[in-house]
Amino acid sequence: MTEAHSTQTKATLFQTATSDRYQRWRLLKDKMVARGVVAGGLSIILAVVLIFFYLLYVVFPILLPSHAEAVARYDVPEQALGNTVFLSMEEQNEVAVRFTDTGKAIFFSVATGQLIRTEALPVPEQVQITSYAHGGVDKGVIAFGLSDGRAVVVKHDYKLSYPNGKRVITPAIQYPLGTEPLVVDKQGQALTKLAVKLGDKNSTLLAKTADNRMVLSSLSKKESLFDDEATWEATDSVIEMAADEVDFILLDKELRNLYLASRAGDLTVVDILDKSKPEIKHKLNVLNQGVQISSMEFLNGDISLLIGDTSGVMAQWSMVRDQQNHFSIEKLRAFKVSDAPIITINPEQRRKGMLAADANGEIGIYSSTAERELIKEKIAGGKPVSVTLSPRANAMLLQSEDGKINHWTIENEHPEVSWSSLWNKVWYESYPKPDYIWQSSAASNDFEPKMSLTPLVFGTLKASFYAMLMGVPLALFGAIYTGYFMAPSVRQYVKPGVEIMGALPTVILGFLAGLWLAPFVEANLTGIFALLMIVPLSVMVFAYFWQFLPEQARHKIPDGWDAVVLIPVVIFGAWLSFQLSPSIEALCFNGDLRTWMREEFGIGYDQRNTLVVGLAMGFAVIPMIFSIAEDAIFSVPKHLTTGSLALGATPWQTMTKVVLLTASPGIFSAIMIGFGRAVGETMIVLMATGNTAVMDLSIFQGLRTLSANIAVEMPESEVNSTHYRVLFLAALVLFMFTFVVNTLAEVIRQNLRQKYSSL
Amino acid sequence: MMKAWFKSGSPWIWMTAGAVSLNLILVVGLLLLIAVRGLGHFWPADIIEYRYQDRDGPESAIIGEAVATSLLPAAQARAAGHELLDNGEYLVQHLVKTGNRDILGSDFRWIQQQYIHAQSTPDDLIMVERREWGNFYGRLLAVKEDGAVIAQGEQAWQIAQQKLATVLEQHDEIDSLQDHEVGAINYELERLRLKQRGLELKNAWNDAAKQEFTAQKQTYEKQYQVIQQQISKLSKESKRYSLVVAEAGQKEISLPLNRVVKMTRPNTMSVLDKCIEYVGNFATFVSDEPREANTEGGIFPAIFGTVLMVMLMAVVVTPFGVIAAVYLREYAKQGFITRVIRIAVNNLAGVPSIVYGVFGLGFFVYIIGGNIDRLFFPEAAPAPVFGTPGLLWASLTLALMTLPVVIVATEEGLSRIPKSIREGSLALGATKAETLWRTVLPMASPAIMTGLILAVARAAGEVAPLMLVGVVKLAPTLPLDGNFPYLHLDRKFMHLGFHIYDVGFQSPNVEAARPLVYATSLLLVMVIIGLNMFAISIRNNLREKYRALEN
Repeated sequence: MTEAHSTQTKATLFQTATSDRYQRWRLLKDKMVARGVVAGGLSIILAVVLIFFYLLYVVFPILLPSHAEAVARYDVPEQALGNTVFLSMEEQNEVAVRFTDTGKAIFFSVATGQLIRTEALPVPEQVQITSYAHGGVDKGVIAFGLSDGRAVVVKHDYKLSYPNGKRVITPAIQYPLGTEPLVVDKQGQALTKLAVKLGDKNSTLLAKTADNRMVLSSLSKKESLFDDEATWEATDSVIEMAADEVDFILLDKELRNLYLASRAGDLTVVDILDKSKPEIKHKLNVLNQGVQISSMEFLNGDISLLIGDTSGVMAQWSMVRDQQNHFSIEKLRAFKVSDAPIITINPEQRRKGMLAADANGEIGIYSSTAERELIKEKIAGGKPVSVTLSPRANAMLLQSEDGKINHWTIENEHPEVSWSSLWNKVWYESYPKPDYIWQSSAASNDFEPKMSLTPLVFGTLKASFYAMLMGVPLALFGAIYTGYFMAPSVRQYVKPGVEIMGALPTVILGFLAGLWLAPFVEANLTGIFALLMIVPLSVMVFAYFWQFLPEQARHKIPDGWDAVVLIPVVIFGAWLSFQLSPSIEALCFNGDLRTWMREEFGIGYDQRNTLVVGLAMGFAVIPMIFSIAEDAIFSVPKHLTTGSLALGATPWQTMTKVVLLTASPGIFSAIMIGFGRAVGETMIVLMATGNTAVMDLSIFQGLRTLSANIAVEMPESEVNSTHYRVLFLAALVLFMFTFVVNTLAEVIRQNLRQKYSSL
Repeated sequence: MMKAWFKSGSPWIWMTAGAVSLNLILVVGLLLLIAVRGLGHFWPADIIEYRYQDRDGPESAIIGEAVATSLLPAAQARAAGHELLDNGEYLVQHLVKTGNRDILGSDFRWIQQQYIHAQSTPDDLIMVERREWGNFYGRLLAVKEDGAVIAQGEQAWQIAQQKLATVLEQHDEIDSLQDHEVGAINYELERLRLKQRGLELKNAWNDAAKQEFTAQKQTYEKQYQVIQQQISKLSKESKRYSLVVAEAGQKEISLPLNRVVKMTRPNTMSVLDKCIEYVGNFATFVSDEPREANTEGGIFPAIFGTVLMVMLMAVVVTPFGVIAAVYLREYAKQGFITRVIRIAVNNLAGVPSIVYGVFGLGFFVYIIGGNIDRLFFPEAAPAPVFGTPGLLWASLTLALMTLPVVIVATEEGLSRIPKSIREGSLALGATKAETLWRTVLPMASPAIMTGLILAVARAAGEVAPLMLVGVVKLAPTLPLDGNFPYLHLDRKFMHLGFHIYDVGFQSPNVEAARPLVYATSLLLVMVIIGLNMFAISIRNNLREKYRALEN
C-alpha cells in the first residue's frame, strides 16, 4: 500500500505549474500528518515510561545516601571563659551557643565563629560549678549544679524579627525557674551529678551529692489568682540507694522514670511518679565484662536510652511491656561505631536518629528505626569535647580537643527508610518484640513513624487471593460453557450481559459490599458457607434427574440452553441454603456460628472482613477474566474440535483435552489480568475492609491494601516528606507489579493470536 | 448408572452451565437490588403511629415510616439478650424512621413486633422536611404569624401550605441574591486584591492605581450594601411565620416556617397523588443542592461536576486516542514497535487507577500546576491556583487513564474498514493524509464514538484517582458560573462516585443517608449502563455495515 502511495505522489509532481504550490502544500501536509501520527503513536510508550520514571523520580531521594561536608573550622570563641560543657544551635543554623564550666553562655555565629554576645549566669560568688545537665536537647534547658547544693536553671532562646525585611535572630538567656539558684540539697552538699526536666506545670531536678546521696526536688507551679506571677513549690525526697556508683543520670520528660547508670554498666530504673516515694523498679547490667559505659543519652521522645561504651558500641535500650503487662528493659539494637570509646551521643531533635562521636574524633550518624548507619566521618582535631546537631539535623558543630570548632552540613533527608525498615520486622520503641507495622503518622513530634510495607503487601495479596478464589472458578466455568457449549442465540445476550458487570463502578460495588453485604454476611454466615455446598449439589441433582425426564420434554429445550434452565435451580439452591442455615447452626454450632467460632477456636469476627472483600472483588474481576477467557475458548479453530468429536471423544473430553489445552495461554493471561485488576482495586477494599493493617491469615479479619493505603493517606501527606515518598514507593510497587503481570499476559496473548492464525 | 453418567462428562458441563447461571443471577440481582432500594427512596411512604410498650418502659406512641423488617432466629435473638414472648421461631423487628433527630437523638429506631400494641395510619400525621435536623413527624396544631395564631385545626394545613409557598419563594430569592449577586461581588473584590498584589510585585502600585482601586472597591461595597439590605428585608419577612406541631409524645414544638423545605400528609394521598409526589421528589433530587453534610437534599452539583469533568476529559482523550490508533493501524509497520505499543496500551489499561491518581497529584498538580503558578500567578502566592487539585488535573488524569479504551475501540473500527476503500481513495490521487481525513476517519467515526462513550462511562464511575486530584465532598461554587472567565478549571468539584463513597462512609449519619446513597448509585449505574449499551449497539451496527461493505 505504501508503495502504491509513493508512486501516486510522484505522479502528482508532474502536474501543471499553476497548481505546483498547492501540490507541494498537499505533500507537506501529508508529511506533517505522518510525523504527527507517528509521534502520537510513540507517545503511548512515552506515557507509560513517564509514569514509571516519575514515580521513580519521587521515590529516588529515599535511596540516595546521606552525606556530610565540612564547611568551616574556627577557633573556639572566648576560649578564656572556660571549657565548653554544652553546645547548641538554633533552628536556622545561624546562631550557636556554648555554655562553659565557669557559668558563661557565649553566643556566636555558626558560619564564622564570631562572638555575638556573652552572658554570665547568676552563679553566686565563692561558689563553684560542680556539675551540669541539659533538660533535653530540643528544650534548650541547661542546669548547673553548685558546690553549695543549689542549682541554676537557664534556657537559651532565640527571637526572630524582620526589620527591613531581613531576618535577625536575637539570642537570649531566660530563667524559667527564677534567677535565684534553687536549693536542691537542703544539707548544702555539692551536687556532683545532675539531671533536670522542665514542664509546664511540673519540673524536676535530681542530683547526686558529694556525700553520695540521691536527692530529688520536684517543683510544681502555683499560679496566683491575683497576679500573673507564678511561684514554684518544691517537694524534696531522697532515693534510698547506694549512690556512690551512679555516674549517669537521665530523667524522662513524663517525669516518671529515672535512669541511673554506673560506669560498670549497672542500670537502675526508678519510678518517680509519686515524687515523695521513689521506687526502684529494675536493676540490671547492660554490658559485657571488661567494657564500661562511656556515655548515655535519651533518644528523641525519652523512651529509649542510648548507651555508648568503651568498646565503641552504641546500644538502644527501651522499656518494653509484654503481653502480661510486665515491664522489662530490653536491648532493641546496637550500632558498632568504632573501636574507641564513645565520648558523646547527640540525639536528633525531631526524628529517631542520633550522632555518636568516639574518642578519636570519628563520628557516625544513625537512624534507630531503619537500623542503619547513614554517615561516618572523621573529624580533624582529635578527641571531641562537645557535639551538637542542629534542630533540623542538617548541620553539626563539634568542638575538638585542639580548641577548634568544626562546622559541618549534613544532608540526611530520609534516614528512617531502609530496606529492612520497609520489608523486615522492626523492633519499634515500646513494642514487646520486632514486628511488621504500618502506622505512618501521629499528632506528636517525637512519634516514631512505622512504615513497613509488608503488612500492606500482605493485605493486598490476601484480598486478591480471596477475590481470585471466588472469581476464577465462576469466570472460567462460565467462559467454558459460554465459549463452547452455549447456543449462539443465548450467547449473544449472555456475553455482553456479563461484560456489562465490568463497567459497574467499583465505588458502587464497594458501597454495597460495605453497607449491604457486610451486615448480610454477618447475619447469614452459615448460609453463605452452606451456599458453597448446596448450590453445586442442587445443580448436580437436577442434572442427574434431567436425564430420566421423558425424551420429548428434554427436547423442548434446545442444545446450549442449559444455563437458562438452571437459573431457577440455582435460585432455589440459594434459597434452600438460607432456609436451612438456622437448623444447621442449631445442629452443629450451638445456634450461632460466630459465637461458636469465638468460643471454640478463639476466632474473632470483624464485620468488614476478607470474606466480604473476596466476594465483592471476586464479583468485580469476573467480567474481565470471563471476557478474555471466553474469547480464547471461542476462537479455538473449529476444525480441531470437530476432529476430536469425529474421532469419538465426548464433548467434555474434547473440551478438556483439546479446547482447554489450546486456549490455555489465553486463559492464563485472563487470570493474570484479573489478578492485576484485583491487586490494584481501591474503592472496594477501601469501603469493605476495616483498613486496619494487620497481618492475620484469618478470613474473618480486616486488612489494608497498598492501594487503599494510598487513597487514605496521600491527601494528608506533606509533599516531599518521607511519608509522601514511601506512598509513592507503594504506588511504584503496584505499578511494577501490574506492569509485569500485564506485559506477561499481553505477550502470551500476542503469541496465542499468531498461533491461531497459523492453525 | 451413576458412574457411566459421570464418565460421560455431562455433570461437568452442567456445572459450567451452573456457573453461567450464577453469574447472570449475580448481575441481575445486583442491578435489581440497587434499583429497588434506589427507587424506593422517593416513594412517599405512609406514616404509621405505633402504640408501643417494651419490657420495662411505659406505653408510648411512636410515629414514623416503617423502613425495614428483620427476622432474627430465636437462638441468635436469645444470645443477643432479647426475650421472646410467644416463643416463636423468629424475633420480628421493624426499623422505623422516627425523624425528629433534634428531640430523639437519632432518626431511626428498632422496635420489636411483640411489643407493638396497636398501629394505625391517621390522616392528620404530617411529615415536614426541614433544612436542619432531618425530617419531622407529628401533627400540625396551628400556624402563627408574628407569634399570633392565625389558623388552627383543619384549616391550619391549608394556610400552612400557602404560607410555606411564599416563604419558599422568599428563600429562593435570598439564595439567588447570596449566590449570584454577593458571590459576584466577592469574586470581583478578590480579583481586585490579586490585581493590586500583581501591581505591587511589579512595583507599579502608585497613587493613580491606588485611587482607581479604592473607587472600584467603594462601588462594589455600595452594591453590596444594597443587596445586603434586600436580603435582610427578605429574611425578616420570611421569619414571620411559624408552625406549632406536636411530636409523638404530644409535646408542642414551634417550627419556624423558613426552616421548612416541604410538608406532606402521605396518609391522605391516593396512589396517583403519591406517583406525582414521587416524580416531584425525583426531580428535586436531581436538581437540588445537598443539605446537612450531603445526607439530605439533592445531588445536582455532583451531577454537574461529573458531567463537566467527563466532557473536558473527552476533549483531551479523543484526539490522542485516535491518533495512536491511526498510527497502529494505518502508519506503523506491524512488527516490534507495534508490539511494544500494544503492550504499552495494555499496561495503561492495567495500571491500577489509584496509581494514576498518585501520578496526577505529583506530576500534574505539583510539578506542572506548581510551575504554572510560579510563572503566571505570582500575585496569588502563597495560595495556590493551579498548584492544587482541581478540575483540569482531574480531567487530564482520567484522560490518561481512559486512553487505552479509545485506542482499542478506534483500532477495532479501523481494522474493519475494507482495504479497498483506502486503495480506491489513493488510486484517485489523494495523499495518505487526505485519505485518512476524508474517508477512513469518517467511516471510523462510529467506532471512535464507541470508544469515547466507553471512556466516558469508565471515567464517570472512577473515584480512586479523583480523590487525590480534585474531588471534594462539598464544593462551595460550581466550576462553571457567571463570573469571568466562566469556566474555572482550577476549582475543585463534586463527583457522583465520590459522593457515594463520602455519604455512605464518611457521613455522621450513615443510616439516614443510606437511601440517598442507593438513589445516587442507581442514577450512576443507569447512566453508565446506558452509555455502555449505547456504545455496544453502535459497535454492533457498525459491524453489520462493514460486513455488508466487504461483500
